[in-house]
Amino acid sequence: MILAGLALTPPYYLVLSALMFAVGATGLLIRRNPLVMFMCVELMLNGVNISFVAFGADLNDVGGQISVFFVLVVAAVEVVVGLALVVAINRRRADATADDVSLLRG
Amino acid sequence: MAEFITFFCGAAIILAGAIGVVVARNAVHSALFLIQTLLGVAVIFVVQEAHFLAAVQIVVYAGAIVILFLFVIMLLGVDKAEDLGVEPIAGQKPLAVVLGASLLATAITFVLVATDGATGVGSGDPERQLDSGITDIERIGRVLFTEYAVAFQLTAALLTIGVIGAVVLTRSLSSADQLDDLEPASMDLPSLAPEGANDEHHVDTVEEDAS
Repeated sequence: MILAGLALTPPYYLVLSALMFAVGATGLLIRRNPLVMFMCVELMLNGVNISFVAFGADLNDVGGQISVFFVLVVAAVEVVVGLALVVAINRRRADATADDVSLLRG
Repeated sequence: MAEFITFFCGAAIILAGAIGVVVARNAVHSALFLIQTLLGVAVIFVVQEAHFLAAVQIVVYAGAIVILFLFVIMLLGVDKAEDLGVEPIAGQKPLAVVLGASLLATAITFVLVATDGATGVGSGDPERQLDSGITDIERIGRVLFTEYAVAFQLTAALLTIGVIGAVVLTRSLSSADQLDDLEPASMDLPSLAPEGANDEHHVDTVEEDAS
């Protein structure tokens, strides 16, 4: 096999991480359903998590995994508050998309 | 070799799921594709021997966060197909794809340039090294509760703030009114217009009081 002599070096993980981040960012720009936009933010966070673990493995240091742990906590809190906002907005106005919430627009 | 196959299988699962999240018309399908992506990320974590994170990824992300998403989708009743053809902002989609592609090109260029022959140095602390012979979870636990103890405490505060924020944001109007009733009524405050004086603003006034 061609792959037999190759090692899984950090660039493989970093390119995968970049792909995942870019897909998430594109989705965030395309979609207008706030729930799906939050899912795209999760994609971006997970893309970054992959590169954290890859860097940690490359440096033989546990710091990368610790960073992922903290990102996970922040992501959980972000989802809780974000979904609470979505529920609060939907209570006032059903079927609201991100474009409809424009009260602060100048 | 086996590592490679696992990596590419995981990468395929991740990318298929990620694209599915973005293009699925139904929010429930997006959530299910998100689970697929998160399981793929767990596979990638296992390849990198981050076993604890792989387990946490499945339990916390796929098990709790996505279920929370599904709860809200069902609660709000938005589980119907969305018409992706509608474009309130002209040219939003092509522009978004161009921006995403340029972001990707920039990131990959930086990765390939920056990692070309680069070598890194870890902290050198044997407690933090990944090949020190103790299990993954033990290593994370030791470092988390010593070196990162303050940050760990702060995440506890953050979680508490998040819970309080969610309760405040989703507090229903009726219970808010009850809370207001408990306070002594002050006659000095500019009183609301008599019932029916400005009916069209009535709902707004009540909701402003609640906030």
